Amino acid sequence: MSGPSTYEPKTGFTKWLDTRLPIIRLGWDSFVDFPTPRNLNYWWTFGGILAIFLMIQIVTGIVLAMHYVPHEAYAFDSVERIRRDVNFGWMIQSMHANGAAFFFVAVYLHMFRGLYYGSYKAPREVLWILGVVIYLLMMATAFMGYVLPWGQMSYWGAIVITNLIGALPFVGDAIREWLWGGFSVGQATLNRFFSLHYLLPFVIAGVVGLHIWALHVPGNGNPVGLDVRGGDDGKKDTLPFHPYYTVKDGFAILVYLMVFCVFVFFLPTVLGHADNFIEANPLSTPAHIVPEWYFLPFYAILRAITFDIGPIDAKLGGVLLMFGAIAILFVLPWLDTSKVRSMRYRPLTRWFFIFFVLACFGLGWCGAKNPDDYVLGIEGFKFLYFGQFLTLYYFAYFLVVLPVMGIVEKPKERPASIEAAVLGNNTNAQPAE
Amino acid sequence: MTEENGALDGHGEEPSRRDFIYIAAGGATAVGGGLVIWPFVDQMNPAADTLALGSIRVDVSQLLPGSEMTVMWRGAPVFIRHRTEEEVAEARDVELSALPDEDARNENLPDGTPALDANRVLRPEFLIVKGNCTHLGCVPTSQETNAGGEYNAWYCPCHGSHYDKSARIRRGPAPENLPVPDYFFESETTVKIGLNDEERANSGWAVA
Repeated sequence: MSGPSTYEPKTGFTKWLDTRLPIIRLGWDSFVDFPTPRNLNYWWTFGGILAIFLMIQIVTGIVLAMHYVPHEAYAFDSVERIRRDVNFGWMIQSMHANGAAFFFVAVYLHMFRGLYYGSYKAPREVLWILGVVIYLLMMATAFMGYVLPWGQMSYWGAIVITNLIGALPFVGDAIREWLWGGFSVGQATLNRFFSLHYLLPFVIAGVVGLHIWALHVPGNGNPVGLDVRGGDDGKKDTLPFHPYYTVKDGFAILVYLMVFCVFVFFLPTVLGHADNFIEANPLSTPAHIVPEWYFLPFYAILRAITFDIGPIDAKLGGVLLMFGAIAILFVLPWLDTSKVRSMRYRPLTRWFFIFFVLACFGLGWCGAKNPDDYVLGIEGFKFLYFGQFLTLYYFAYFLVVLPVMGIVEKPKERPASIEAAVLGNNTNAQPAE
Repeated sequence: MTEENGALDGHGEEPSRRDFIYIAAGGATAVGGGLVIWPFVDQMNPAADTLALGSIRVDVSQLLPGSEMTVMWRGAPVFIRHRTEEEVAEARDVELSALPDEDARNENLPDGTPALDANRVLRPEFLIVKGNCTHLGCVPTSQETNAGGEYNAWYCPCHGSHYDKSARIRRGPAPENLPVPDYFFESETTVKIGLNDEERANSGWAVA
């Protein structure tokens, strides 16, 4: 997609630098003159939003690490001290904690965008897989970060999740002890989680670099899912990234940051859990352990398996299925057999997709509830059964719907080109200068 | 290039001296790499001082029949219950076939020892078990607080596992009985939890 470079250094210094380290040329070709499909909608702005939030998390996190004490006797108090006594600590801690939630909101919208518009299909499979890697790293980082305040939910969440590893046959116990650095979650665990929580965001930043690199080889997908045409027609299908998409992304970032600020300043703890304002106590388990909201769908899948499957006991089955729910995303590009990228032209699959999104929300709901409670008070209809049904649909969407629909579905007629999709027959129209 | 490729390309011919050096260097690098990586992996395992903190002594003289205490051992709770005669009788009046986990889960006895109550206690009146549910590690609630579950013993509120008077799993998602740590009675009223080899040999444990 990126053709020959159009960068021309003008000053003596930039000419000198360009023959030694063409970094200005790289930036120019990537973010200024980069040809971008002219029909991108606001669902395409979450990549930029995510980049901003990675930066927010790293900057606020480095500051918090200057005041935080990774010790089981002091961690809880040091976080409270940040919130009460450190200058602007109340704001920076709130930005970091709510930033994680907003990071996940954006990444989920970004992923649903990719699922709806077929962003994972050829030639963007590697781009998609790198995205799933980033998502996994985000989950690991968020999990370890949530342990650091050493509240009751931090501690018991860590106990429950690390005990999942113990479900693995033969090596489970040894790996669990290795992760703990002791015989339970304790000082060694907290200390290493702090170290890794500081490391992983920089690993994420590295993979984000690869993600953008892989994006800039085929270029952006777009809502109609057509390729940008070759030759001079390509110019009619695209616009330069700057100013068209820098401004559009910038506007979306501002709106998103405004919502973020509402939470940071007015609802700083609303996304957290009250139990995490109680210091960790190894002798008392909270009545109802729940993970942060962004893990709830996977927690529901974990708990959906309450029966043994052949030689696999229920506990291991739940663990395998939970990891499988993410692992399946890696092979998604080869599960979807349809050549049509955008769901706009897939009348049946579109409905399956809409139900898939609803199923993800439904799983989140199940994850937050006691499995033995009744859904909407309907006698006998336990959240457990609802969660089991939605888990089945989650996997069926990838393993049955997408492979089969690509073969049996008759797609709708697609426009002749991106240009035609935007401008209809009025192909002489030009964007306002 | 051609010349170099020709020299390296020994396919179908006798292995040359260069092939040998190539494989030997690669093998040495792989082994050396593994040797360097291992310390960086092993440093995460429990440290010497963590292992050294592995035993405690508990005075049970004040523990009256029908009451229990929770002590911290290796960063996690251990339940010590002084059972009444009725509780012991109830625990012993259970068929092995009624147990989801028929292994005694007793670190003092060999694996595969049947989960009879007699194989879970050193002295019938004192039941000593680790206090983390074998499902996901929550601390079960007890009959002490009227929250002992179906068998009026221990109940895990997280995902609903019911344990009986011998702390064996009876119903719910937990796969195993609450494990018995290695312990012995150092004196009539003192329990030592976490034993060295010598103590283990003289602890008095035997399969019933």
